Amino acid sequence: MTWATVLLLAAGTYAMKAAGPVVLGGRALPPLVTRVADLLPAALLAALVAVQTLTADGVWSLDTRAAGVGAAILVAWRRGSFLMIVATAVAVTAAARLVA
Amino acid sequence: MRSSQHDAAVVRQALAIAVVAGAFALSFGVLCSETGLSLPMTVALSTLVFAGSAQLAAVGVIADGGTGAAALVAGLLLGARNLAFGVALAPMLGGRLGRRLLASQLVIDESVAVATAQPDPATARRAFWLTGVAVFLPWNAGTVTGWLLTDAIDVAATGLDAAIPGAFVALLAPRLTHAPARVAALVGAGVALALTPVMPAGVPVVLAATGAAVGLWWQARTARAAAP
Repeated sequence: MTWATVLLLAAGTYAMKAAGPVVLGGRALPPLVTRVADLLPAALLAALVAVQTLTADGVWSLDTRAAGVGAAILVAWRRGSFLMIVATAVAVTAAARLVA
Repeated sequence: MRSSQHDAAVVRQALAIAVVAGAFALSFGVLCSETGLSLPMTVALSTLVFAGSAQLAAVGVIADGGTGAAALVAGLLLGARNLAFGVALAPMLGGRLGRRLLASQLVIDESVAVATAQPDPATARRAFWLTGVAVFLPWNAGTVTGWLLTDAIDVAATGLDAAIPGAFVALLAPRLTHAPARVAALVGAGVALALTPVMPAGVPVVLAATGAAVGLWWQARTARAAAP
């Protein structure tokens, strides 16, 4: 990561945050933009979970972290809180490494 | 409820969110340190970008060996929903330009969620500012603490590296309430997994954005089927 990446990400994110309050005022966005913006996080977050859990160094792999994330998915499915989900991922991964 | 009771409820909610933000930020600081980011760069991400999932996605892509460009695009795509949030909040974030510029930086999932749950514009405005600041402070304090602690703790043995995918799961779960989002998530995960062995790191996560297009198509198809 370079400073250029950090500053461009900051500028881009701020521009998107400020477009409504500073530029648009009370006007609405086209419905298509709102729908795409709503669906993008689901697609990218799921991709990040999948890649960080099921791949390592560019190849598919299954390790102790998958056990932790799998347990976290169960807790999320049972509507656990944010902290419970993250704590489960950490604790189960640590436990799996003790055993493995 | 009277306005003061609403305010008390907002304060309780904001404090609970602040605790979560601090813990989440700890793991972000650890991730940055593990990925080799300097402390100033890590702090700049938390103060200047100040969008949890966008920061995490960008550093996550770098941690997996991706380029800065892929990290930037992944971060911006995750931050795109702030555009819709800002537009939704614009009517209640009036006032002078300086005030609106400052308020814009506090447009994040948490402040938007608490503000839009309030019954009247005045309470909503107070809720927005209170929640925004209540997240900003522990978020930055947690980031610095996490970065500094990394050398002192054994990240692998404590399982702390799993906190990041765990946080991604926690951010994802509440978004899966409707079918188009579930379709977008499934396709996004599938595309990223399928492309990882054949593409440079980071690129598959960016291309997972096609999942949103498929979700959109699903939404249109269902709407057509429901039409008389």
